[in-house]
Amino acid sequence: MQSTLFRRVTAALTLLLVSGVSVASDWTERSNVNLRPGVTDISQDVFGLHVAILWVVSVIGLAVFGLIMYSAVAHRRSKRPQASTFHEHVGVEIAWTVIPFIILIFMAIPATRVLIAMDDSAESELTIKVTGYRWNWSYEYLTYQDDNDVGVFFFSNLKTPAEQYHTPVLKDGLFPYGTAADRFGAEPQEKDHDYMLAVDKPLILPAGVKVRFLVTADDVIHSFFMPDFAIKKDAIPGFVNEAWTVVPEDATGIYYGQCAELCGKNHAFMPIEVHVVAKEEFDTWLAEEKEKAASGPDLTPFSNLEAAMTLGKEKYNAACVLCHGAEGQGGIGLPFAGTALMNDSARIQENIDVLIKGRNAMPSFAAQLTPRDIAAVITYQRNAFGNETGDLIQPADVAK
Amino acid sequence: MTAVAAHHDHHDDHHHAPHGLKRWLFSTNHKDIGTLYLWFSFAMFMVGGFMALVIRAELMYPGMQVVDPEFFNQMTTVHGLIMVFGAVMPATVGLANWMIPLMIGAPDMALPRMNNWSFWILPFAFTILIGSVLMSAFGEGNPSAPNFGWTFYAPLSTKYGPASTDLFILSVHMMGISSIMGAINVIVTVLNMRAPGMTMMKMPLFVWAWLITAFLLVAVMPVLAGAVTMMLTDRHFGTSFFDAAGGGDPVLFQHIFWFFGHPEVYIMILPSFGIVSAIIPAFARKPLFGYASMVYATASIALLSFVVWAHHMFTVGMPLAGTLFFMYMTMLISVPTGVKVFNWVATMWRGSLTFELPMKWALAFVVLFTCGGLSGLMLALTPVDFQYHDTYFVVAHFHYVLVSGAIFSIFAAAYYWLPKWSGVMPNTFLGELHFWNSLLSVNLLFFPMHFVGLAGMPRRYADYALQFADYNWWISVGAFWFGISQLLFVAVCVLCAMKKGKKAEAAPWDGAEGLEWTVPSPAPFHTFDTPPVIK
Repeated sequence: MQSTLFRRVTAALTLLLVSGVSVASDWTERSNVNLRPGVTDISQDVFGLHVAILWVVSVIGLAVFGLIMYSAVAHRRSKRPQASTFHEHVGVEIAWTVIPFIILIFMAIPATRVLIAMDDSAESELTIKVTGYRWNWSYEYLTYQDDNDVGVFFFSNLKTPAEQYHTPVLKDGLFPYGTAADRFGAEPQEKDHDYMLAVDKPLILPAGVKVRFLVTADDVIHSFFMPDFAIKKDAIPGFVNEAWTVVPEDATGIYYGQCAELCGKNHAFMPIEVHVVAKEEFDTWLAEEKEKAASGPDLTPFSNLEAAMTLGKEKYNAACVLCHGAEGQGGIGLPFAGTALMNDSARIQENIDVLIKGRNAMPSFAAQLTPRDIAAVITYQRNAFGNETGDLIQPADVAK
Repeated sequence: MTAVAAHHDHHDDHHHAPHGLKRWLFSTNHKDIGTLYLWFSFAMFMVGGFMALVIRAELMYPGMQVVDPEFFNQMTTVHGLIMVFGAVMPATVGLANWMIPLMIGAPDMALPRMNNWSFWILPFAFTILIGSVLMSAFGEGNPSAPNFGWTFYAPLSTKYGPASTDLFILSVHMMGISSIMGAINVIVTVLNMRAPGMTMMKMPLFVWAWLITAFLLVAVMPVLAGAVTMMLTDRHFGTSFFDAAGGGDPVLFQHIFWFFGHPEVYIMILPSFGIVSAIIPAFARKPLFGYASMVYATASIALLSFVVWAHHMFTVGMPLAGTLFFMYMTMLISVPTGVKVFNWVATMWRGSLTFELPMKWALAFVVLFTCGGLSGLMLALTPVDFQYHDTYFVVAHFHYVLVSGAIFSIFAAAYYWLPKWSGVMPNTFLGELHFWNSLLSVNLLFFPMHFVGLAGMPRRYADYALQFADYNWWISVGAFWFGISQLLFVAVCVLCAMKKGKKAEAAPWDGAEGLEWTVPSPAPFHTFDTPPVIK
C-alpha cells in the first residue's frame, strides 16, 4: 500500500501536469489538492479556465519570487557594499503596466465566453424548484417535457445520525454548548463514508436532459452548491434565481453538494444528494411519484402504539432533531422532555396545531410531513424522552 | 543629593507632562494615543486569535467535539469583527498617530482632543461586543452572541438575529464614529500641518497611503452606519428594507454592505503598502523605485475599490451585464497592485541589502501578500468564482492578504519603529524566533485551505465531510503553532516597554531616511515644536 505522503506528492505533481480533464471521482473519496473537474460540459470548461488562470498566476508568482530571491542573494550588502541609486525607469514602468493588462484581456475573453454559456438556461426540458430552509432542502418537479403540472414535491434531510457527529470531548467546562453530550448520552458511532453528505430522499435527475433549477429560500439566504455541475446559486427568500445543468448520459451516479451560504446553526447539516439516472429509469420513477402524489395522503391508521412510535422516531430524527434535540432536550427549539404540553392529554389538539401551523420561530410542517407522519411524530413526542402519556394519535385526527 | 534635586527642578522642562492613569485617560498627545491604539489592537489580536483557536480546535477532526454549532458561528462572527475592527484597523491608526506627525514634521495631530475621543470610544465598543460573547458562554440560558458572520447578511441578522444583534449594532456604530474621527484627524493633519518645504510629493509613502485610506474611511464608514441603522429599524420599527415579504430586498443589504466592505479591505491593506514602502528602501539602502507611480497606483486602487464591490456577490443572481462589469473591474485592480509589487522588487534590485527583522517581515509581506493577490485574480474570473465562492479557497485568499499581508506588515512596522517608540532595540533572539515560527506556521495554517477549498469545503462549516479531514488537521496544527508563536511578540513588546535591551540611537537603521530618525530615541514627549527645515 502506498503511503499518504506518496499520494500527496503525486497529487501535487498531477496539479502541475494536469492539462486535460479527468472523469470526476466519487466526492466522498479523499480530496485532491486541485479543483474538481466535474461531469458537465460547463463544469469542465470552468475547470479549464481554472487550470489556465492557475498557470498564469503560478508563472507570474514564481517569476516575482525568483527575482526577489535572486536579488536577496546577489544584491546583499556583503556582495555589494554600495547600492545603486536609480529610482525610476519609464520604459520598465510602462512595460509592467501594459503587459499584465494584455494578459488580463487574454484571460477575460474565455471567462466571458463561459459566463455567457452559463447564463443561457433556454430550452430546458425539466424544471425543478429548489427551496432552502433552515436546515434542509425541498425539491418540487414543476414541468417535464410536455407535462406542465408534474406536482412531485418532497423534502430532503441529512441522513447522518446524531450519534455520528455528536462526539463532545468536554463533559462540562468553558463552553456550555459542548455539554449536550451529557444530555444526549448515546454511544458514538463510526462515521459512514458519506458522513455529512447523504440525505434521506435524494434529488433524482435524468441524464442527458437539460434541467433548469429555480432556486429560492423560505427563511434566510442559502446557496445551492453542486461542485460537480459547477453550480452555485444563492437561494434568497422572496427571489427566484435560475441555474441549469445537463449531466451527460454516461455520467449517471451519485453527486453531492452542500449549502454554501451561512444560514444559522446547522448550516453544515443540510447537504444535497443528487442521483443521476438513465432517462427511462427517471421516467418510471417520476410516474410512480406522480401517482403517489395524486392518490392523496395515506391515512391508514396505526395498528398499535409501537408502529406509530417507530415511524415517529424516524420522522422526528429527520425533521425535529436539529432544533429540539435527539432527547427532546431543546436547543433552538423548546424542550419536550417532561413539559406540560407533552404530558397533558387535553392539549393534544394544541400540539397538532403547532406542528401544522407553526408558532413564533417554529415553522409550519404541513408541507414537509404527511398527516400520518405528523400523527407519528406527536405520538413519539408524547411517549418518548420520559414522557409516558400513552396517547396514540391517528392520521385521521390530524387530517381533520 | 541636593545637587540632583536642584538639577531636577531646573532642568525638567516637561514638568507639565501628566503621570499615571490621567496621562492615558486624558491624553491629547499623539504618541501616547498611538501607544494606546497599538496596545489595544494587540490585545484584540490576542482575543480574536483565541477565538480562531476555538474554531480550529472544533475543526481539527470531523464531528462536533468542542463547541456547539451555534457557539461555533458566534466564534467565526466575533473573530472576524474583532480582527477587522479591533486588531488591524486600530493598529494602523496607532501607527498613523505615532508616525504621521513625526514624518511630516508636525508637533502633534491637528485635532488632539478628538484624537483622544476616537481612541477611548473603542474599548467601550469592544466591551459591548465581547460582553455578548461572555454572556453567551457563561450567562444563564446562554443567550446567543452575534452569530451571522462578520458580513451579517440579512435576513439572518435581522428577522433571525439573536437579541444581542442590537448590542452588535451599537458597537459597530461606535467603531464607525471612532474610525471617521480618526480619519478626519489624519486628513486635516496631513493637509495642514506639514513642515515648510514638505510638499505633497515629498511626503513619505506611508503618509500618502494613510491620507488615501482616510478618504476611503470617510467615504464608506457612513455607509456601514447606514446599513446597521436599516437593520435596526427592520428589527424594531417595522421597516422592511431587507425583507422581501414587506417589499424590501435581502440583496440590497449585500450591495450596501459590500459598497462599504470592499473599500474596507483596502483600508486595511493600503497602510501596509506604506509601511513596506518605508522599510524596503531603508534596508536596500536605495531610494524607493517609482515614488510617483506608487502614489498614483495607491490612488487608483482606492478609486477602483468603489466599483468592484459586487465581486463578493457573483452568486446572488445578478444580470449578465452587471456580472461582466464587476469581473472586468476586479481584474483591472490587479494592474496597479502589480505595479506596487514590481516597484518593491525594483527597489531591492541592485541595492545593498541586509535582512534585519523589519526587512524580514517586509519581504515575507511582499511574497505572501502576492500569493493572496494572485489567488484574488483567480477569484475575479466569475465562472471559476462560482466554484471558489464561499469555500475555504476564499478563506485562504483573504487570510493571506490580511494575516501574512496586513498583520505581517504591522509586525514589520513594530520592529522598525520600536526603537523610536521605546528607546531600546527589540530583542533580536526573540524577534527571530517570532519571525521564523510565524512564517512557517502561517503557511501551514493557510496554504492547505486552498486545497480543501478547491475540493469544495464551504466556509463557516462547524462540521465537514470526511474527505476534508486530513488537511483540516494540518490547518489546525498550523493555527495553534501560529497562535503560540505570537506570545513571543508579547515578550518582545513587554521587554521594550520595560526598556530592557540595547539602547537605541536616534537613527538605529543606517539606511533609513525620514524626519522621524532626526529626533532622539525614544522620541521625546513633544517633538517639532519648531518646524524642521526640509531641503
